[in-house]
Amino acid sequence: MTPLTTISGPAVPLMASNVNTDVIIRIERLSLLKRDQLGPFAFEAWRNRADGTPDPEFILNQPAWADAPILLAGANFGCGSSREGAVWALNCLGIRAVIAPSFGAIFANNCYQNGTLPVTLPAQTVAAFAEIARTQRDAPFTIDLNRKVVVPPNGAPVRFEIDELRRQSLLTGLDDISLTAQRLSEIAAFQAGDRCCRPWVHQITDGDKT
Amino acid sequence: MADTLFEKTWAPHVVADLRDGYALLHVDRNLLHDLSGSKGLDEVARRGHAIHSPHLSFSVPDHAVSTLSGRTATSTKISARLAPALRDKAAAAGIRHFDVNDPEQGIVHVIGPELGLTLPGLLITCGDSHTSTHGALGALAFGIGSTEIAHVLATQTIIQKRPQTMRVVFEGALPLGVTPKDMILHLIGTIGTAGGDGYAVEYAGSAIRAMPIEGRLTICNMSIEFGAKVGQIAPDDTTYEYLAGRRFAPQDANWNAALAHWRTLPTDRSARFNSEIAINVGQIEPQITWGTSPEHTVGIGGRVPNPATAVDSARREAWADAIAYMGLTPGAAMEGLAVDHVFIGSCTNGRLSDLRAAAAIAEGRKVAANTTAWVVPGSQSVKRAAEAEGLDRIFKDAGFQWREPGCSQCVAANGEFVAPGARSVSTTNRNFVGRQGPRARTHLASPAMAAAAAVTGQITDVRKLATRA
Repeated sequence: MTPLTTISGPAVPLMASNVNTDVIIRIERLSLLKRDQLGPFAFEAWRNRADGTPDPEFILNQPAWADAPILLAGANFGCGSSREGAVWALNCLGIRAVIAPSFGAIFANNCYQNGTLPVTLPAQTVAAFAEIARTQRDAPFTIDLNRKVVVPPNGAPVRFEIDELRRQSLLTGLDDISLTAQRLSEIAAFQAGDRCCRPWVHQITDGDKT
Repeated sequence: MADTLFEKTWAPHVVADLRDGYALLHVDRNLLHDLSGSKGLDEVARRGHAIHSPHLSFSVPDHAVSTLSGRTATSTKISARLAPALRDKAAAAGIRHFDVNDPEQGIVHVIGPELGLTLPGLLITCGDSHTSTHGALGALAFGIGSTEIAHVLATQTIIQKRPQTMRVVFEGALPLGVTPKDMILHLIGTIGTAGGDGYAVEYAGSAIRAMPIEGRLTICNMSIEFGAKVGQIAPDDTTYEYLAGRRFAPQDANWNAALAHWRTLPTDRSARFNSEIAINVGQIEPQITWGTSPEHTVGIGGRVPNPATAVDSARREAWADAIAYMGLTPGAAMEGLAVDHVFIGSCTNGRLSDLRAAAAIAEGRKVAANTTAWVVPGSQSVKRAAEAEGLDRIFKDAGFQWREPGCSQCVAANGEFVAPGARSVSTTNRNFVGRQGPRARTHLASPAMAAAAAVTGQITDVRKLATRA
């Protein structure tokens, strides 16, 4: 993963609550496209009108937000399906961080697997950021993961909490698989012990062949 | 020390404490399907890792397979791309695979319990949010993303943060016409789609204890629809009777050892939960959703809400958007809305008891002229059992399509869509915008309610039909 220390740029406000991963990317797109081809299909049900043409009212279609690396979102962002393609679709749009009052649990885990930062802040803070973003469109927000702060344009830093395990992974760019691969002997020891305690877990017999 | 079912199913899997509530957990069963399973296998290969414990993974195509009679792995463009690839990658990895027309094929969350792959106390992962289903047998089961699948395949472990615990106690006897689907929709409507965020949920109470396994699977299936990754029910004699003799369930000495362990799993009397909810099931009506979130649910006697009465602006906007998308009017009665399409199936409601409940309504009636209706059994095993008792004949005589097993129109990943703008009553789990196809309008309901909509051509209180017999 690409290490992530600071992110700086415009923040695009998409403030509906309970935005689900089906809306972020349709499952059919994930069946047929590669992970770096999803950008044009992110939020397609909202992005396009019934005739298939882009809806200029939809915020991600507006040029001012085209390169925003930060998404400001409503509560429970990324709820629903476990599809990791939801994170890939956001990444295709250039988004590296989402700031919201809360997240779908599987979506948040998928963010960490892709060097993408979910920042949890109180609803009123996110709403205040959204108001700043709407009135000062090009003004950059900065997220500093070392200091655990979001700095709005011309504003005071706002501190956020993040689990240290996740923060270190993002800062170093070390992914979970590489880290756990260093523990294979521990895993082998666990399995050896577990085979004695819970043999039925490890010896799976096919009843049709006995 | 008094522990909950969750704590007793979490602790035995801890390989390493990673601090701050995180643990490296052993995965006992890992289930792969044609969408995320293939992606996970690709990711392991790309990173150059070996498959750690291939005998603990199982694979099956379900999401993208055609459900047309006579289908093969290559019946549709999407399936042709995904199903043979999963088969070949699983074979190369040494993973047991049930192919498209294997006698055991089916939706991954239907076949896990059926085959005895799902057992009490097991930690089960799958790249699908409805993996919570398996908790109905007392497993600790949750959905993961495709990079996490690669982690499981490469190490047979997963890194997770320990959730808080919640208990939902359903007390009382279910009224006529009210089903487990109505119970879980009612719960989601009550606490909201984020009400379980960050929790592992245990369902308990007299209504759960009296419930057969298939109903419990329906309840646990929809845990994720209120934000809970994990939904569990303590194993009991109903569980053990269901599992005994299943194809991959333990046998002989292993069965006895397993059973002794399973009997220790139920929550201790004095154990504490971080949150508790009690619901009297005698108060629940048959449910129908009106909007684009599972929390947008009402009793069948209910009406489309007026956004002006919403408690906050976020909800007011969400309701207004949902009402516009669904083509409804605030204050309109749910009963009597004309229905274009009915879908009966899915990991939520595609099991034998679901098909029996739908067939009991369909028998001797005809699908309305304005409505098309599909029945998609959850697995080949469900299909065989239904055909053995003549349910297929009842459905076909009534004008329903009787199809092959798969996820089909629950997720529309296989090209099987509800038409744009069409109104669908569906036994599935999500009424999200575009879930059943672009601009499709989905109303979630129980199998009996869906069958009632099919034979009347409109949203109907199933109790008006069910009392005839």
